[in-house]
Amino acid sequence: MRRVAVIGIGITKFGEHWEKGFRDLVIEAGKNALEDANVQGEEIDALFVGAMSPGLMVGQEHAAALVADYIGLNPIPATRVEGACASGGLAFRNAYMAVASGMHDIVVAGGAEKMTDLDTAQISTVLGGAGDEEWELFQGATFPAIYALMAKRHMHEYHTREEDMALVSVKNHKHASMNDYAQFQKEITVEEVLESKTVSSPLKLLDCSPITDGAAVVVLAELEKAKKYTDTLIEVIGSGQASGQIALHDRQSITQIDATRVAAEKALKQAKVTHKDIDLVEVHDCFTIAEILALEDLGFFKKGEAVKAIRENQTYYDGSLPVNTSGGLKGCGHPVGATGIKQIVEVAIQLRNQAGKRQVKNAEIGMTHNVGGSGATAVVHILKRIK
Amino acid sequence: MKKNLALVWRRIPQRYRLIGSLCESCNEKFFPKRHFCPKCRRKGKIKDFQFSGKGSVYSYTKVSVAPEGYESMAPYYLAIVKLDEGPLLLAQIVDCEDDEIHIGAKVRKAFRIMNKDGKEGVINYGFKFIIDN
Ligand SMILES: [Zn+2]
Repeated sequence: MRRVAVIGIGITKFGEHWEKGFRDLVIEAGKNALEDANVQGEEIDALFVGAMSPGLMVGQEHAAALVADYIGLNPIPATRVEGACASGGLAFRNAYMAVASGMHDIVVAGGAEKMTDLDTAQISTVLGGAGDEEWELFQGATFPAIYALMAKRHMHEYHTREEDMALVSVKNHKHASMNDYAQFQKEITVEEVLESKTVSSPLKLLDCSPITDGAAVVVLAELEKAKKYTDTLIEVIGSGQASGQIALHDRQSITQIDATRVAAEKALKQAKVTHKDIDLVEVHDCFTIAEILALEDLGFFKKGEAVKAIRENQTYYDGSLPVNTSGGLKGCGHPVGATGIKQIVEVAIQLRNQAGKRQVKNAEIGMTHNVGGSGATAVVHILKRIK
Repeated sequence: MKKNLALVWRRIPQRYRLIGSLCESCNEKFFPKRHFCPKCRRKGKIKDFQFSGKGSVYSYTKVSVAPEGYESMAPYYLAIVKLDEGPLLLAQIVDCEDDEIHIGAKVRKAFRIMNKDGKEGVINYGFKFIIDN
């Protein structure tokens, strides 16, 4: 396999963009990424786009062809990749594999979602489709309800408290307040989280990632070729993906996501690094409990012990293990298909030492963790700055 | 969104009578039905299995924000139920007071209306669970 580096990143502000549609968002992020990489359109070999459901959200399928057309990349091959909330991470992995394999030299990976054109009940139904339609949704399940069931059981088995989950939200909002492209720019308190409206007990509104419009795009290149475009090379040193049961009730345990564990093991093995080498991690906190599960399942903590680090503020940008410096899905926003690419963008910003107020000191290696549904898909990447 | 009748109809035996599967090779039971045993794969011998409909609450949540078609029922309890025969399934717990539901509470299957597909659509039935005192 050939070595691969990220040479360009582009992102839109995450939030409610009444004035922008799906294609407007991708064009903006795409333009930013191509300019950042300083590549010309004709140098690009292929495009992968992660999007969960533009068909149900805005009535537009065939999203990759649309994106190639509108960011001026025709006639290169353009492929849409779907893995629910992990669509972006999968698009990135496919782009990585295309370059690593030698099939292509320069490939663009993007992710986008336009969510705010639907009302809350409609978007709730669409997102629910990431689970098991016949045996979860039909029973009246929502996406928050599925994670609430995991949270309740985690509280039962490991004495995790609602206050612990609230701390995740408070930290991610703090990080978001230092990130210009984040949806939320305001800090919040534990009391505000605990007093926010219950969505599906024990999860409250401020435990849940929001509905967001946004897009993110990155450019990957074979390492030798990459040197032509940039001095700060961000190499992809590990990539892992795994699948698990689509329905939560089919798992051996509902307090851990096995796909995350397997994907992380694979990525770490390929990268030849250990947890101690990771300077920051962007995890998939679609709900506050999900960040706790992620830190355990990725192997940073034993089961039930992540909350200790959270209570000690170790997961802040200046702590011993900075988690979700972008603000995560909770604070930065969660335009489903864009999230996996946004995680790569944030790690690249940190490794390039361009994160301003939220900069992690001496960041050299970063990890991303993107999950589809309640854990039926997980994808983990490890990136390293090389000189 | 209106659903094709067959989409619901084809799951009636499982939904009305709680028929799942048993793998005779490893004795593992499944609900919903499986056509392959994930453990034995091609060596598995799958046949229909009738569950008793008795079990206990493994985890639960009170859903306040419901999806389309379920709004009129909210708030409602949704639980992962551990069937006495082993498998877990997802179901609503109904006719239950806040102080009756807890992890470990005994429950049994009941036959109920699940949703109405809009004003003119069909009424879909299936299983919910009730507290089994
Ligand atoms: Zn078997």
